[in-house]
Amino acid sequence: MSATFRIWRGKAGEAAGFRDYRTDVSEGMVVLDAVHQIQADQAPDLACRWNCKAGKCGSCSAEINGRPKLMCMTRLNTLDLTQPVTVEPMRAFPLIKDLVTDVSWNFAVKKGIQRFRPRTPDAADGTWRMSQRDADRVQEFRKCIECFLCQDVCHVLRDHDKHEEFIGPRFLTYTAALEMHPLDTADRLPELKDNHGIGYCNITGCCTKVCPEHIQITDNAIIPLKERVVDRFYDPVTRVLRMFMS
Amino acid sequence: MPAAHTHSYDVLIVGAGGAGLRAAIEAAASGVSVGLICKSLLGKAHTVMAEGGMAAAMGHNDDRDNWKVHFADTMRGGQYVNNWRMAEIHAKEAPDRVRELEGYGAVFDRTADGRINQRNFGGHRYPRLAHVGDRTGLELIRTLQDHTIHQGVTVHMEYTVVELLLDEGGVSGVLAYDRERGRFHTFLAKAVVLATGGVGRAYKITSNSWEGTGDGHGLAYRAGAELIDMEFVQFHPTGMVWPPSVRGILVTEGVRGEGGVLRNSEGRRFMFDDIPDNYKPQTASGPEEGWRYTQGDKEARRPPELLTRDHVARCINREVKAGRGSPHGGVFLDIAWIKEKLPGAEAHIKRKLPSMYHQFKELADLDITTTPMEVGPTTHYIMGGIRVNADSQESTIPGLFAAGECAAGINGANRLGGNSLSDLIVFGKRAGEHAAACARRRGAVRIDDGAVDRAMADTLAPFERGSAENPYKVQQDLQDTMQALVGIVRLEGEMREALGRLTGFRERAARAGVDGHREYHSGWHTCLDLKNLLDVSEAITQSAIERRESRGGHFRDDHPEKSAEFGACNMVTRRATDGSMQVSRVPVPAIPPELAQVIEEQKS
Repeated sequence: MSATFRIWRGKAGEAAGFRDYRTDVSEGMVVLDAVHQIQADQAPDLACRWNCKAGKCGSCSAEINGRPKLMCMTRLNTLDLTQPVTVEPMRAFPLIKDLVTDVSWNFAVKKGIQRFRPRTPDAADGTWRMSQRDADRVQEFRKCIECFLCQDVCHVLRDHDKHEEFIGPRFLTYTAALEMHPLDTADRLPELKDNHGIGYCNITGCCTKVCPEHIQITDNAIIPLKERVVDRFYDPVTRVLRMFMS
Repeated sequence: MPAAHTHSYDVLIVGAGGAGLRAAIEAAASGVSVGLICKSLLGKAHTVMAEGGMAAAMGHNDDRDNWKVHFADTMRGGQYVNNWRMAEIHAKEAPDRVRELEGYGAVFDRTADGRINQRNFGGHRYPRLAHVGDRTGLELIRTLQDHTIHQGVTVHMEYTVVELLLDEGGVSGVLAYDRERGRFHTFLAKAVVLATGGVGRAYKITSNSWEGTGDGHGLAYRAGAELIDMEFVQFHPTGMVWPPSVRGILVTEGVRGEGGVLRNSEGRRFMFDDIPDNYKPQTASGPEEGWRYTQGDKEARRPPELLTRDHVARCINREVKAGRGSPHGGVFLDIAWIKEKLPGAEAHIKRKLPSMYHQFKELADLDITTTPMEVGPTTHYIMGGIRVNADSQESTIPGLFAAGECAAGINGANRLGGNSLSDLIVFGKRAGEHAAACARRRGAVRIDDGAVDRAMADTLAPFERGSAENPYKVQQDLQDTMQALVGIVRLEGEMREALGRLTGFRERAARAGVDGHREYHSGWHTCLDLKNLLDVSEAITQSAIERRESRGGHFRDDHPEKSAEFGACNMVTRRATDGSMQVSRVPVPAIPPELAQVIEEQKS
């Protein structure tokens, strides 16, 4: 059996568009297998990022039939193969070539977030104690494989291009992991409000829907951070108290 | 010829997995300038796929554990051809390195009293693996990555090193190309740390990511460094076998650590049928004792499913060959059965093995909480690699260091699960520290422009040749050959046949070419990978022919027993002056009496 894959081809600054490739498909195949087959047989210069092919590294993010997904975790039997399967790069990031985009902005954003700062160790041997319950809460966020699909689908970035003012769901989750880390002592609320644009997020939940790790980005990371920011900066009682204290 | 962009660092690290990142942190902490080259994006290296955990004798779950037990376990697992000093350093320093990660922000699973929880793993006498569910590698790499970005290290993402550069004093830098634009970059460096990982892509069925093409092995070898123990390749017993496109993807040993059992098509737990003598005293006498062991009973001994990986892989291979395999050519790994023993087993499995649950659900439509998995051996790790000084990790070329999987010595003939992640942080740190010290000692280094020009021309040659020979096909044929002829069970005749075919692949690789432009060209990159794959494949094959015995990951059907003669030597691979590959024997480093004593004490 064979199927048609309509793959985005082209480079930054040049005319780009879809090109159709027909290739054999067999049981259990995923989209990344088809792309590899096309690379090996028909288009050796086809650019595509991938590493683990097991949903663990978050390299092969793409838009498959318009939906942001990992190519390695999208099985062909979940797609309608009577129609061409479209495979295109993440649209919220600048194109480099074919399916590969420039995601360097994400790495720069992370660097601008205050680093982890642990409290003084709990024990004389320099170690800490924490309960599994407290660990669980941040472990959810630390499952993130940095595929940036949540960034790709976030309308604040994708449609409104607020990259200068808004760090996006991935880095709100990253901030949440640090803020809720049982050992961390840093305070990231002022930067969240003033520099990282948490106010831009209007909790449409698109990020959560595309997360391949099923992290509850909106409910467990972003909303609690928003609440903390509101409590700190906008709660009338604390504002009065703060005025009184100063 | 394009002009090369030039960068200069005191210490240049090639590879950004656990070892490379840990080396970068250490070198930067000592105040030298540090550059870090990643073949992929930062945080995507193969370390991310490690599942089970990192071994460190902290004794949190069993206070009988200490470095001596860990040392003896590592030596026994490696069948005593390990570099004893590396095994000693590793066992002594791993606990501090793991604790340090917590200070960088890692969040490990906890014991009831709030310390780092440790789990059982094959070949480890006591529960020893610090872990985070079954995604410990992700936790390790992300922790190190997020720490590194604040240390002033310059990161070059999606660069590939094509040649090591030398001057009179030793290594002087590297030539690399960036994938995005296909431009060349020369890096001057007073010390270079190779942390490039493994060679799994030389085989068809592998758990390794696309990066595992033996780059560091090949670069070091061609620059004149020695490789050692290349015949020792680890075939992990449990990879996925179905569907075909996911064949080889790892199924963590943690499944067995949590009580998962192996059965053949007759429903028999065949691992009880073949327990090596040196492990008998430590192995459960029956299923009930084995189960109690997995549930933390300190009086119980481990089930035979948790014997070393080489042994379990061969047992599975034997069952399949004897016609007692599963429908798709593996055996059954069953964790669902624990519901007979454990209330709430389904939730327990999902909590302890979330990635495995997810992986089988999405890739194989199979629910591991109700149905046994089908598993079979997959090429996972190479014990062999660049020969290094045990304390400093310096190779036989001055200024060239190696750490992690691409370095060799600690694991001997077989690596214990969990000893890799701890190896990365123990020896990554040491490599970074000693590379920085070396850089401070050395004066200015010099780049040989002629060598750069030759390397650039060589790298661009595939474009000159056009698409005569398809590089992907050469790679596939190479993988088929290594899989079939230099795999889990080896014969001299078959390996000689493989050597002949490798010569043919070299000729085809020399003709392999591509059309098009240099920007992010996957076919071009494959042409370049071939060079390293061919060198490591030949080194594996030649070393495996030379070792006429069976030991650890190396099993010879024509020499199925261990021999004292070969147990006393390691195989060293060097490039002769005429460019040919030469394999010779060197004596295993002599172990000091006090450590030999430690091993004896732990034998009971």
